[in-house]
Amino acid sequence: MVNEGAITGERVTMGWSLKAGEVLYSLRDVSVDYGTRTGLVKAVDRVSLDIRKGEILGLVGESGCGKSTLGKAMLRMTRPGKISTGELWFDGVDLLTLSQRRMRELRGARLGMVFQDPMTSLNPLSKIVDHLTETVRTHEPKVSEAAARDRAERLIGRLGLREERIDDYPHQFSGGMRQRIMIALALALRADLVIADEPTTALDVIVEAQFLDLLRELRDEFDLTIVLITHNLGVVAEVADRVAVMYAGRMAELASVSDLFLDTKHPYAQGLLRAVPNIELDDAELYQMEGAPPNLLHTPHGCAFHPRCPAAMPICSDQQPAFQPVVGDHHAACWLYEDHPDKGGDGGVR
Amino acid sequence: MTEPQSARAYHDASGEQDILVEVRGLKKWFPVQRGLIANLLSRGHTAYVKAVDGVDFTIRRGEVLGLAGESGSGKSTVGRLVLRLLDATEGQVLIDGVDLGTLKREELRKARSKMQVVFQDPLASLNPRMTIGQAIEHPAQIHLPGTTQEERKRLVSELLEAVGMSPPDFFYDKYPHQISGGQRQRIVLARALITRPELIVADEPIASADVSVQALLLELLIKLKEDFDLTYLFITHDLATTKYICDRIAIMYLGKIVEIGSLQEVFENPQHPYTRALLSAVPVPDPRHRRTEPLPSGEIPNPINPPSGCNFHPRCPIAVEGVCDVEEPTIRQLADVDGHEVSCHLRTGDYQHLDKAIT
Repeated sequence: MVNEGAITGERVTMGWSLKAGEVLYSLRDVSVDYGTRTGLVKAVDRVSLDIRKGEILGLVGESGCGKSTLGKAMLRMTRPGKISTGELWFDGVDLLTLSQRRMRELRGARLGMVFQDPMTSLNPLSKIVDHLTETVRTHEPKVSEAAARDRAERLIGRLGLREERIDDYPHQFSGGMRQRIMIALALALRADLVIADEPTTALDVIVEAQFLDLLRELRDEFDLTIVLITHNLGVVAEVADRVAVMYAGRMAELASVSDLFLDTKHPYAQGLLRAVPNIELDDAELYQMEGAPPNLLHTPHGCAFHPRCPAAMPICSDQQPAFQPVVGDHHAACWLYEDHPDKGGDGGVR
Repeated sequence: MTEPQSARAYHDASGEQDILVEVRGLKKWFPVQRGLIANLLSRGHTAYVKAVDGVDFTIRRGEVLGLAGESGSGKSTVGRLVLRLLDATEGQVLIDGVDLGTLKREELRKARSKMQVVFQDPLASLNPRMTIGQAIEHPAQIHLPGTTQEERKRLVSELLEAVGMSPPDFFYDKYPHQISGGQRQRIVLARALITRPELIVADEPIASADVSVQALLLELLIKLKEDFDLTYLFITHDLATTKYICDRIAIMYLGKIVEIGSLQEVFENPQHPYTRALLSAVPVPDPRHRRTEPLPSGEIPNPINPPSGCNFHPRCPIAVEGVCDVEEPTIRQLADVDGHEVSCHLRTGDYQHLDKAIT
């Protein structure tokens, strides 16, 4: 169900005391702008989204749809982009009202992050153990070196690496192992929300599958909430509980994983799903979606997808549809599911 | 040169096969670069990365052979060896019956006009200072010396149309940075086609594109194959895409082909435990198909010190001690299935009686 508090603007309760399914992080009307020489790019355009305690939320879309920017906005890490509108409610506070120092304390501690290329996040000159103990002791100065090391060893062991390897350097690990180390860094401080941006994109399929299994186990074991940003719809179908689809900086559709894949509402999401190679399907033809995602300097008027949409109506090029519930908790931003006096017309393909 | 036959020619059960590419006992060992002291300590013993370690296959004219495997499996090295962009340590590559290894420089250059390559990143393959028109025309200046500039320009326009870059005049004078990634890959394809090649080695040609663009590029590759009578060696890590384009598929692991056969046969009746693991690990965009099979543990081992016996035995769920860790299996045809070959002691080898997991 849609959390009432999230919509009415009441404060979200403390993350620690939340039960599974309650809203842990709420984005309201968030926009992120990038000023470029050629004009203002709205990378994220008035996105609202509730993330529930204990869920794995898949955030999908093609390059440039704003999914990574949205993930960074959740951590207030959009520079040089600017969060121009909206609120970011986490654990009872709007993160946008926090000082830089408070924000830094939260980041890495309560809000973990895992990026596509772990080598850019790990210091090549530091042993794994130093990464972990430094993280722990920066945020929890009272923890002794020995206790921090002990915690690090247990974590590394839990993530499927041999404990003695804790004294190795990042380059001595494979890509899959480095991603496990990134997760270990997030868990070392018992983060309750981890934002993982394309964590498996650089991994081979078997290692990817192993990592996805691990994410699922950690969610159950540590009561973790995970936002999984990916372009890979197969990955999302494999592990996500709910899925949000973005297009041109806006939210297009949001639903449970089964509703999103089996009862897709938005024509963009429908096209995308039919364009993905599926090893289990006998049908050996892929859907050819016309056109390409728009340049965000000139987002089409009305619904951003209307120039490519096979179901576009006159109103679609005129007014932007609201992102709202279609059935129960299934959200979509599409005029097909909204009543409007101007909707009429022939309803044909543009 | 024989006329290219229809893509379906190889379906004939007759022994007559029009083979364009034949690879025999191909090996590529790269010496490991080490420091002076390490070299002195090892007393001249050179360690090698056995990137490709004994690979055999053929590609019939008009066929698409998929070469799939994880990173480090050696699939890209095979592609480069087929084009002789690398010299083989051992073994041969025959294109149309001619051993590329025996050709002199000039002969090789001529032979190369019959084969082209398309890589993953089109931006790295295109000169940023050349317009699209110049880039496509460039190979023709070298390989089609008898042509006039007008003829070449007309050829470029035709190719731009053929790869869906229409109208050609609009794109002719643009630079690579002015077009999208998907369009750049179309340009790379057009450039590859200007010498009228017979073989295209496509190394992850759609891997860097977005989902909707991938579908378009895949469709274009299929169309071009028909229009230009092409043969593809399609190298990919993504098994799901092979289904839409490949006729046959070879699965590589640590420099060796562990299984090869028609796409349908390998997908529906996979025999090698590694093939099975790979197929089950492919994420399916349908939540009803969540994976239930267990995964092999660990990752692909270091190719400098590959495991003894069968390379896959440390991760294999059906490995038998005393056999799989001792003897190296050879690739053999599966009983009763033409062209389906597997390299596994328990599936096609001499130890099939030890296989408990018959399915």
